[in-house]
Amino acid sequence: MSTWLAIALILIGCSFFLAGTVGLLRFPDTHSRLHALTKADNLGLGFICAGLAVHDGSLTGTIHLLFVWALAMMAATVSAFLIARWADEEPEH
Amino acid sequence: MNSFLMSAGLFLLINLAVGLLRLYRGPGPADRIQALLLFGTTTVAVLLLLAYAEALPALVHVALVFVMLAAIASIAFVQLPHRTGKD
Repeated sequence: MSTWLAIALILIGCSFFLAGTVGLLRFPDTHSRLHALTKADNLGLGFICAGLAVHDGSLTGTIHLLFVWALAMMAATVSAFLIARWADEEPEH
Repeated sequence: MNSFLMSAGLFLLINLAVGLLRLYRGPGPADRIQALLLFGTTTVAVLLLLAYAEALPALVHVALVFVMLAAIASIAFVQLPHRTGKD
């Protein structure tokens, strides 16, 4: 049963990654693109980490995955904010 | 299960390759850096999948280090002065 749950979670994660990539390509504006990218990526990574944690089952592995995901969340948030502010100051070319 | 993890990793790699289009087409430098963010996160996901597909727990630590790469790159990028729009 747990393998099916892991497979389902990883599939959901991959679909979020797909949404992030498609969002990155299709959205017209820098900010909307950034919005789509950071949301979808972090959710995708979160679901993949959850799926792998279920697949792994050991506590230490789950904690490692939790660290990776938490660090990814913080890193992406800071990066997205900095890029958005930098894009604001960009002189309209 | 391993083959599924491998195919999920392959799917993410294809995802990453598609992201190159934004890197090429991106009108401004800010869009190109977003492609970098996408690459960072996608590579971390692929690393994690490979860590469990090939039972290499060390790869999780590699992924942990790699997460910071995209963040540091975008912080370094933000320090760059804006182009004055001459070119």
